[in-house]
Amino acid sequence: MRQFLDFEKPVAELENKIDELRQMTDPDGVNIAEETARLSEKAEKHLRAIYAKLTPWQKVQVARHAQRPHAQDYINALLTEFTPLAGDRLYADDKAIVGGIGRFDGQPVVVIGTERGSDLETRLSHNFGMARPEGYRKAQRLMKLAGRFNLPILTFIDTAGAWPGIDAEQRGQAEAIARSIEVCLEAPVPLIATVIGEGGSGGAVALGAGDRVMMLEHAIYSVISPEACASILWRDPKQASTAAETLRLTAQDLSRLGLIDRIIPEPVGGAQRDPQAALASVHDALAEELKALLPLAPARLKELRREKFLAMGRENLS
Amino acid sequence: MSWITEYVRPKIRGLLRRDVPDNLWTNCESCGQMILTKELRRAMNVCPHCGHHMKALVPDRLAWTFDNGECTRIELPPAPVDPLGFRDQKKYTDRLKDARAKSHLDESLIVAHGTIGGYPAVVGVMAIEFMTGTMGAAFGERFVAAARLAVLQKSPLVVFTASGGARMQEGVISLMQMPRTTIGVQMLKEAGLPYIVVLTNPTTGGVTASFAMLGDVQIAEPNALIGFAGPRVIEDTVREKLPEGFQRSEYLLDHGMLDMVVDRKNMRETLARVIGLLMRAPAKPEGEKATQSVAESGAAQTSPAA
Ligand SMILES: [Zn+2]
Repeated sequence: MRQFLDFEKPVAELENKIDELRQMTDPDGVNIAEETARLSEKAEKHLRAIYAKLTPWQKVQVARHAQRPHAQDYINALLTEFTPLAGDRLYADDKAIVGGIGRFDGQPVVVIGTERGSDLETRLSHNFGMARPEGYRKAQRLMKLAGRFNLPILTFIDTAGAWPGIDAEQRGQAEAIARSIEVCLEAPVPLIATVIGEGGSGGAVALGAGDRVMMLEHAIYSVISPEACASILWRDPKQASTAAETLRLTAQDLSRLGLIDRIIPEPVGGAQRDPQAALASVHDALAEELKALLPLAPARLKELRREKFLAMGRENLS
Repeated sequence: MSWITEYVRPKIRGLLRRDVPDNLWTNCESCGQMILTKELRRAMNVCPHCGHHMKALVPDRLAWTFDNGECTRIELPPAPVDPLGFRDQKKYTDRLKDARAKSHLDESLIVAHGTIGGYPAVVGVMAIEFMTGTMGAAFGERFVAAARLAVLQKSPLVVFTASGGARMQEGVISLMQMPRTTIGVQMLKEAGLPYIVVLTNPTTGGVTASFAMLGDVQIAEPNALIGFAGPRVIEDTVREKLPEGFQRSEYLLDHGMLDMVVDRKNMRETLARVIGLLMRAPAKPEGEKATQSVAESGAAQTSPAA
């Protein structure tokens, strides 16, 4: 069952009509086929128009759409011989962060992603993609392993943020995130981060301090959720759409501000509508960036990565 | 190096003294007792009755940290011109103006250099009174400049933290200061220089989750709130009452996130001793300040209020 967002209502209505028509057993079958084709075309046109000018708040909803491909989907589709690795060797295995080794276009890589889960059971086991310190420490372990064996690192970011729980604080959530950022910056191998859905604050940066930071066309990346921002600055959670606009959290805004390196196009109607097309699109972008980064020596990689982050915000200084 | 001419214009400001406070008496916000304001100032804003560490303003912090209260403040670029054109109920540019007028500071990080126990040091002090000590692009620039200055002078960097986290008004630019400040920390690391963090009340959010947790030595003032998520956010998420002392300095010490909790009155001596040891400086002859302090404040001390 396709899940429609509020603003997709006109499309939903048309597609329901099409389904109804298809189930009709009318002797006048030819007309039905014609009508279906006409409605499909209309629906497609609507969809194209809607997605051509999504508002930031609509993008927030698209980015969080449950039927978008998640980290594990990208891993399964883009890697062969994927071998999951688990645990931080200190406390636990946090399933909010998945990862392991595998081959991308034949090239052995380390892959790490925040995984939200896709049904109630897996959402609970993955804690809705909100990692605890052991998740970030697992990520650090995998990134260091990548460095030792000269494997490029691919990360897939899709999280509302790090888990704000008593247990997480107790075990040093802040330190775990800080250290992950440090390990990203120290990696002697290419690190390509892709925000596939929601890039939520520090919990996203922990896997995002890479040579390339890419975002899917309708993904978002934000310092705070628009809802929380609205509660704090407007003292009204209903102002979330205004906050979403003000925060400049879309891929297009962030690219303009020079904070991300590449926007990966999504199929019409978003990645959730045609996951295969989205997976292919991400594959092509990764292949291209990896090809550009692989020849660089470790010292050069680190230097360029550093310069990139050091420049962020500098040009805006008066 | 070009950044010196570009960003850093050293300027000697001499002793940094605030105006004499208007009120004769101050109430302790923890135990409620009345304290002579003059006496409170002499006690470095620590309640003589319960040991509660009250807010420290930047000029005081610098005066307490450096030998004889003397230091050279480094003038650094001001805050950015509102890169996002951010406006909530108020314009970001107006918030910055207000913050400058109220705090008499130009940003939430002030950098100075001088000596601590005779050892040269660069010190960064975060100002909670400047937009709740939030971190934006100008902050990141200053932090990196402080790290570079320390590397240039071959001296350690000490940072006193106090922050509500990232500065929302700068969106993802503010988030990117997490890697940016971390690069500053790496510069010190690569130069083999100590980076010492002193966490003060409160330190939360993106600041805690970046440079504030990456110190070679992690010190905190007693009973400071230190965490990634704020207590209210956690309560709303887990719908549980938070344990007593949760996210306080002593709690972090118990959970292995800190090296020590140090009373304000012992901070300078502690810093001097740690710097001397990490810089492998020759021991000072008997009777000199830095040596005396080893006996005075050998172990971590916690406040009776904790
Ligand atoms: Zn008191």
